[in-house]
Amino acid sequence: MLQKNSICVKILKGVLKSKDGECRKILRRNAHFSFYPEKPPSGSTTKMNMFQAINNALDITLRTDESALVFGEDVAFGGVFRCTVDLQKKYGKSRVFNTPLCEQGIIGFGIGAAASGATSVAEIQFADYIFPAFDQIVNEAAKYRYRSGGEFNCGRLTIRAPCGAVGHGALYHSQSPEAYFAHTPGLKVVIPRGPIKAKGLLLSCIRDPNPCLVLEPKILYRAAVEEVPSGDYGTLIGKADVVQEGKDVTLIGWGTQFHVLMEVAQLAKEKFGISCEVIDLVSILPWDLDTVCNSVKKTGRVLISHEAPLTSGFGAEIAACIQEECFLHLQAPVARITGFDTPFPHIFEPFYLPTKWRCLEAVKNLIDY
Amino acid sequence: MLPSCARNINKPTISCKKVLQLINGTKNNYATEVKCETKPYKLHKLDTPPSASTTLSREDALKYYREMQVVRRMEASANNLYKTKLIRGFCHLYSGQEAVAVGIKAALRSHDAVITAYRDHGWAYLMGASVVEVLTELTGRKSGCARGKGGSMHMYTDNFYGGNGIVGAQVPLGAGIAFALKYKGTDGVCFALYGDGAANQGQVFETYNMAKLWNLPCIFVCENNGYGMGTSAQRAAANTAFYTRGDYVPGLWVDGMDVVTVREAARYAIDYCKSGKGPLVIEAATYRYFGHSMSDPGTSYRTREEIQEVRQKRDPITHFQELTTNAGLLSENEIKEINADVKKEVDEATEISKTDSSIGLDELATDIYANNLEPQIRNTTPFNPLTHNRLGKAVNLE
Repeated sequence: MLQKNSICVKILKGVLKSKDGECRKILRRNAHFSFYPEKPPSGSTTKMNMFQAINNALDITLRTDESALVFGEDVAFGGVFRCTVDLQKKYGKSRVFNTPLCEQGIIGFGIGAAASGATSVAEIQFADYIFPAFDQIVNEAAKYRYRSGGEFNCGRLTIRAPCGAVGHGALYHSQSPEAYFAHTPGLKVVIPRGPIKAKGLLLSCIRDPNPCLVLEPKILYRAAVEEVPSGDYGTLIGKADVVQEGKDVTLIGWGTQFHVLMEVAQLAKEKFGISCEVIDLVSILPWDLDTVCNSVKKTGRVLISHEAPLTSGFGAEIAACIQEECFLHLQAPVARITGFDTPFPHIFEPFYLPTKWRCLEAVKNLIDY
Repeated sequence: MLPSCARNINKPTISCKKVLQLINGTKNNYATEVKCETKPYKLHKLDTPPSASTTLSREDALKYYREMQVVRRMEASANNLYKTKLIRGFCHLYSGQEAVAVGIKAALRSHDAVITAYRDHGWAYLMGASVVEVLTELTGRKSGCARGKGGSMHMYTDNFYGGNGIVGAQVPLGAGIAFALKYKGTDGVCFALYGDGAANQGQVFETYNMAKLWNLPCIFVCENNGYGMGTSAQRAAANTAFYTRGDYVPGLWVDGMDVVTVREAARYAIDYCKSGKGPLVIEAATYRYFGHSMSDPGTSYRTREEIQEVRQKRDPITHFQELTTNAGLLSENEIKEINADVKKEVDEATEISKTDSSIGLDELATDIYANNLEPQIRNTTPFNPLTHNRLGKAVNLE
C-alpha cells in the first residue's frame, strides 16, 4: 500500500516522522483547512464572519418576533465567541440575559419557556458542556410532543453550541457530539459550514416547529468570512448541498471538515486526476439520503469524513444507508476518515484530525480498489 | 460595584499582636512563634466557631509565605508562556486566591484528599507536583504531572484527584472519595472545591443531599472569587451566602485572603468531619486577578480600579508579609531571600517547560482502557498503526 500512494504517504510520513517540535510548528502555524466561501445568492449582501452572521440572525429574530428570548452563560455581554454582542443593549435585559452556570437548568428552562409560547434560543457555551443537559434535550425536549399525544411541545426551542476542533482546545473544548443527538427522534440537528449557512440555518431552526440543535464549528466564527444576504432568509433543514460536482468519488462532510474535503478534491484533481463530487451534508438529523445516494450512484465510490471518532460516528449511519441503497453501484467499500477512537487529545490534535492527507490517501485507495 | 465577597472582606487587617508573642527562645531577635487573631467567621447551623486566635510558628510562616509566592510566580510564568503561545488551549490562573489553597493544605493530614476544578495549578503544586511538573504539563511536555496529556485543567498527584474541566462536575466525586475514606475506616476527609459559578450547578445540590444523608466526611469549599466566568455572583445566584446553601449542611464563612484564618477553618472542619458529624460547607471569600481564563481579559464585567484596589488593600501575600514582619516573625531580608529563591526556581522550571520534549505519538493510544480487547486503536493510520497500551498502575488505587 505504501508504494501505491507515494505522494500523500510521503508527505504524511514526513509530517509524522519529523521531530515533534518541527511538526508542532508546521501544524500550529496553519489551520488544518482552507476556507472555501459559499457563493452568495443575488440580492443585497453584507460581508460578515460567522459570529456576525449568527448575531445578525438573532437580531432579526428579536426584532421580528416579540416573544423571542436569547439566554445562556455570559450571553449578556456578547458570549465568549461574541455571537450575542450588543443584543442586550438593543433588546433589553428581559429578553437577552445571562444564566447561572447550569446547563441542565438552562435547557430545562428553555423547554418550559418554549412550551408556553416563547421563541427560546439557548446557548450552551461549548458543545463539550452540553452533557449535563443531555437528559433535558433527549428525554424532555425531543419527546415532549410524542409523549403528550401531540398536545404539548417545545418546538420553539433552539439550542446553539460551538463544536469542533479549534487548534488547541484539548479534551473539553474540541468535541463534536453530533452523533449522540442524531440518535434522538424528535430533535433536529444542523451544522453550518460558514456565515451564509449559519444565518439561514439558525433562522430556519428558530422558526421550525421542532426543538433544534445548531452545532457551530467554533474555528469558523472568525476564520470564515462570506458575503451574507442582508435580509431575512432561511436554509432548508434536511437538505444537503452538492457544492462541487464530480464523477469519480463522492466526498461527504459537514462543518469545518467540508472545507478539508474541498481541498482534498482539489489535490486529488491535481495529483491524481481524480474528479471528486463534494457534498456538505448541512443537516445531520434529518439527513439528505436522496442527494447522497444520487451522487454515489453516479460515482460509485464514497468517502465520509468527520472529526468525531470512527465508532458510531455519524458516518456509520451514512455508510450503512449507502450500502443498502446503492449496493450494486459501489465500486469500492464505503470509506470513512474520522477522528481516532481516542479521547480528543491535548498535544496530539494535529495527528488526531482527519487531515487532507489522510483523506487524500483514502480517495486514492477508493480508486485503486 | 464590588462583588459581595469583596465587600465582606474589606475589613481592617488581622492583628498579630506582638504583645502576645510567646517567645520560646529567639534567633536573631526574631520570635519563633506568635499568637494571631483570626478574622471573624460567619456560621450557618453551627454552634461554636473556629478558634478566634491561633499560634503561628516561624517555620510555618516561612513555609506559607514561600508556597504562596511559588503559586503567584508560577501563574505569572504561565501567563507569559500562554502569551508566547507555548501554552495552548484553556488556562485558568489562581493568582489572588493563593491563601485558600495554602491555608487548607496547612491543615491537611497525609491521608486527607483534595479534588478541585480547572483552576488547579496551585493545588497540584501544593499537593506534591514540582513547579517543573506543573509548567511542563502546561506546555504539553513529557515531564508534566500528566505527561503533557492533560494540560492546564488536568493535573494529578497523590491524594489529589485532579483538576476537573467541567463546571461543578468534581463535587459529586468529592462525596464518593469521602465515602471511601470513611468506609475504609480511616478518619480522612475529602476537600471538594468549586467556585461561586459552579455553586449553581444542580449536581452540587444532589451531592449535598447524599453527603448529609450518609454523613460523609466531605468538606465542600466554595471559593467565592466574585465572578462565575463573566457574571458576578449577585447576578447568578439568588443567595450569595454560599456557606448557607447546603441548607441542612452546616456552613462556615471565612476570609479567604487570610491564610491563617483559612488554616484554622480547615482544622476546625477536619475535626468536625472526623468526629462523625458529616459534611460541612466552607465559603472562602477571595478574588481572582486575571480573567476567568486566558481568553478573558477580565475587564469587561468589572473595573480595573476594582482589581487594583484588591491588589493594593487585600492581597493575601502582601497581607501575610506585613503580618509576619510586623510581628517580628520574619525579617525583610528573609522575605527578599525567599522571593529571590522562588524566582530562581520558577525561572528554571520555565526554561525546562520550553525545552523539554513531548511524549511520542504512540501515547495518543495509551491509557484509553485498562485493557483494550483489540490490540490497536481503530482508525489510526494504516502505515503507522497505534497499539493500545498501558503505562502503569493507577496511583489512586495502589
